[in-house]
Order: sequence, then structure tokens, then C-alpha cells
Amino acid sequence: MTVTTAIIGVGQTPYRFQTPELTWPELAQEAARRALEHARLGVDDIDAVVLGLAPSALVGVNEAEKWAAPAVGAAGKPYLRVNTGGATGGSAAQAGYYHVASGLFKTVLVVCADKVAESPDAQHVLNAPWDPLYEKDVTLNAINMCAFQAVRHMHKYGTTERQLASVAVRSRSNGARNPLAHLRRPVTLEEVLDSRYICYPLKLADCCPRSSGACAVVLASAEVAARQCARPAWIRGLSACTNTYYMGDRMGPGAELDHGDCDDLALAARRAYEMAGIRDPRREVSLAEIYAPFTSTEIAAVEALGFCAKGEGGRLAEAGAWDMGGELPVNPSGGTLCANPISATALVRVAEAALQVMGEAGERQVPGARVAVATGVGGSLQFHTCLVLAVER
Amino acid sequence: MESKPEILTIPGQWNISYLYAAGVTGSEFLRRLRDEKRISGVACPRCRRVILPPRGFCDRCFAAVEGWVDVGPGGVIESFTITTEPFLGLPDPPYAIAYVTLDGASTAMVNFVRGVDLSDVREAARALAVGTRVKVGWSRSRKGRITDFHYRLAKSKV
Repeated sequence: MTVTTAIIGVGQTPYRFQTPELTWPELAQEAARRALEHARLGVDDIDAVVLGLAPSALVGVNEAEKWAAPAVGAAGKPYLRVNTGGATGGSAAQAGYYHVASGLFKTVLVVCADKVAESPDAQHVLNAPWDPLYEKDVTLNAINMCAFQAVRHMHKYGTTERQLASVAVRSRSNGARNPLAHLRRPVTLEEVLDSRYICYPLKLADCCPRSSGACAVVLASAEVAARQCARPAWIRGLSACTNTYYMGDRMGPGAELDHGDCDDLALAARRAYEMAGIRDPRREVSLAEIYAPFTSTEIAAVEALGFCAKGEGGRLAEAGAWDMGGELPVNPSGGTLCANPISATALVRVAEAALQVMGEAGERQVPGARVAVATGVGGSLQFHTCLVLAVER
Repeated sequence: MESKPEILTIPGQWNISYLYAAGVTGSEFLRRLRDEKRISGVACPRCRRVILPPRGFCDRCFAAVEGWVDVGPGGVIESFTITTEPFLGLPDPPYAIAYVTLDGASTAMVNFVRGVDLSDVREAARALAVGTRVKVGWSRSRKGRITDFHYRLAKSKV
């Protein structure tokens, strides 16, 4: 497979609870400007812009891509808004890739920004996407949706609350080394286990925060990448997989894929690995940035990415296999558990994976990182994205 | 050195009302709940799945569904959660919800589980474990909404 496209610039704002000093478009622009500076390009060098924006109701300005257009350098250029809920940033990066890989565009700017905490309760907003006939009235939201996944994983494999807690401990320890992370205070296993239940089995410390912040990446053709960047992050493989809206279709005798596993992420990963020429991900992947808004989501995703067999994820998490300095570091940035600006979060995974293979991840750098995987998940755990970035083209 | 600038905030609110048409299939399902205390799924003529909650198509076969099949009133819990935190616009906690495969159905459907003591979350979680048998309970005043019914433990301790 010819590798056509690389990431040559990454820009992020710090992730915080709120960023009152910047409006949402100003926040988006901050990341866009930093990404362009990193790529050593001006806005006029960009051929097209992709904006990732998850439910507009989080920002509170309907279809806010209009508001952002001037801020992200879209004037005079093709411009798309992409939305797959939590997976938005992954889908936006993939849309950017399609632009460049098609040969129609040489440089594409992908920008995502969110301000999740300007409304008082994100779950109030996140109850709105559910089917009004059958599911909205039963209180569905992002937390109980993931609690259903966790309960099934625990039932099928004996995954424990202690194993879930170990994911939070590692993430928060990593986040403490990431100056951009929203939550930077490490937590102990006991602290996580003693935190109050939100939706059983998920406790407060199993859950991501509500964050504000923006992320942008510059994608470029091989020709531009070679000219602009000494060490681009080559996009070696990517795929996405979509499942039914109805979580109940993923349970019971008629289910093909189980809600307790991330089987659809496994399908996306398999296709991305095939494209990237990866046969043994556990050995060949240096690190992964996984979109896991809850501890339990990460355990299922690690299994889906082929880093271990189904049901082993909890035990290996607790044993430290995915720690910094462990066998295969997962979420060196601290991950979604340390910052969740929802529209941007999956692009943050891509950006952090890119920084790792560019060798520019600072204190959170995995030494000798050659291949990095970045995932996104959105909708009713129904949209999955997977990208494989590498040092070698 | 300039002092820290004052940041103003502008209040806003979305409050948009809708009347969602439930369609022929959804309306028939909800009418049966309201008028007949029956839970019915739709059958896919190709894969033979009995699909709940009902919709006009089988997304796996990409085919229109044909005919109704009564399911329940017993079923088995596929997953559950107990919410102990208040959320804006949602009921006061604690409450339990579960995906249940009703007898005769191929897929699971979510609803509240009533009649379980939720004062101790871990104990309640054991009572609601995946695989537990439940039965359907009915609201006295039914409105053609999904909340016209709920689940109860088949062997209720209460």
C-alpha cells in the first residue's frame, strides 16, 4: 500500500474545565494557529479545512461550524463539518486523510474544539441523542451507555472494579506528566475504589472530566511532508466501523457483536493493521492513544486492538502491562480520563500519537516509539475509528 | 502590568418542543402497550429475528419487517446499571435500568427495573446480575409511552 499522507503539524490548547478567556471560535483558532506554526505553513498554504464538531448543544450554538469558519481559515476553501459524536475527531482526521489521499488536495487543516462545561450538565445534552420513542425516556446517556458495556465485560470475563480502578491510576499518573492535561493530580487505587458510584459499576474516578480545549493537525501529501518536516507522522493505516444504534441488538440471542466487547473497533483495527502491514500488534505497536471516556472502555478497546485476548485486558491493566515503561504503553498523555473536550478528544488521540512518532511528546514520550495507534469511539459505542501512525513511510 | 481582564458571560437556553411522529410500526407497538398490555416485536422475514424495540426494517438484512410476534412477559437481564447521581432533566436517583431479552425476542430492550432495594448499590447489583430472570410489570395509567411498562425481578424478595 502506497503511503500518501502524513501529519506534519500538531497544535493543542491546554485542556481545562473552562476557558472563559476565549470564545469557542477563538479557542479553535488557537489550536489551528499552533498546528500551522508547527507545520511551518501559513493559512494560505492550506487547501481545505475539516472541522470536527460533536453535538452542537454542548457548545450551545446550533451548527456552530458556521461560527468557526472564519476562525479556522476556511474562507475561500472547501470546508466540511464532521460529526460522529465522541468519534468526531477520529472521523475528522480520516476525512482530512481522504482529501489528501485522493490527490485533490496537498494540505488539509483539521480542527476540533469544544467547551463541554458551559452548560451545567453534559448528560442532560447527551440524553437528547437517544430514540424518543423507546430509549430517551429511560434516561440513557453517555455514562449509563458505558456502564452497560462494563457490566457485560465483568459478567463475561470476571473483570473487577479493582482492575477498572487500575486504569484510572495509570491514566492519572500519565496525565500528571502532560502539561496540557485537564486533570493532573495522580490518584491512588484506594481513592478510585472509594470514590462514589455514578452509574454502577462506574465510580466518579472511573469517569472522564468535562473539558474545554481545542486540537488541530495539518495533513500533507508525501511531497509536501518531505519538504516541510524532518520527521512526519506517516498515516500507514486507517479504518472505521459503524454498528447499529440500538445497544439491545448487541445483546441477547440475536447479537452478532457484543456490547460488552468493542468488536466493531476490532474490525476497524484489523482493517487498519492490514493496510499498515501490521501482523502482530502486541509486538509491532509501540503505544496506543485510546479514546476511553471510562476505565472500562479502555479495557475492552485494548482487547479489540489485539494487544491481548478477550477477557485478559483487566488482569493485564492491573499487572502494569500498559504502563509507561511497560510492555505497550496505553494513553501516555493520560488519555480521555484526564481531559475530554468531546468534539476534540478523538483528534487529541491522533495528535498525541503523531507527537509520539515525531519524537516530540516531551515528558510523556515513549522512548523509541515507531508505531502508534489512535482510536475514537462515538454514538451508542457504535462509531469506531482507528489510525496507525508510523515513523517509517 | 495590566490587571486581569473582566470576563462577561451571556446567558442562553435551548428550549425547543417537538411532537415526534412514532410512525406506523412504533405507533402500533405503543398502542398495544397502552390498550392491550401486550409487548410485541417485529419479525424479519429473512433472518427470522424478532426485533425489539420495533422498527420498520431489519438493519442486518436491509429488509422490511413483516408481522408482529408477542414476547414476554418473562425475560432475562443482559445488562443493567444503577444510577446514584442526579442528572439535570433525569429522574431523582437512585434508579435501576436494564436491557432485557424478553422470551421469544432476539434482541434486548431497555427499561426501568422497579421493586429492587437500591439502598446498597453492591447488593442491588448482585440482585440484578446478568442472567437474572425478570417479568414485565404494567403502569396503572398507560399513555402509549415506553414507560407504560417496566421490569421486576421474577423472584421478588420485596
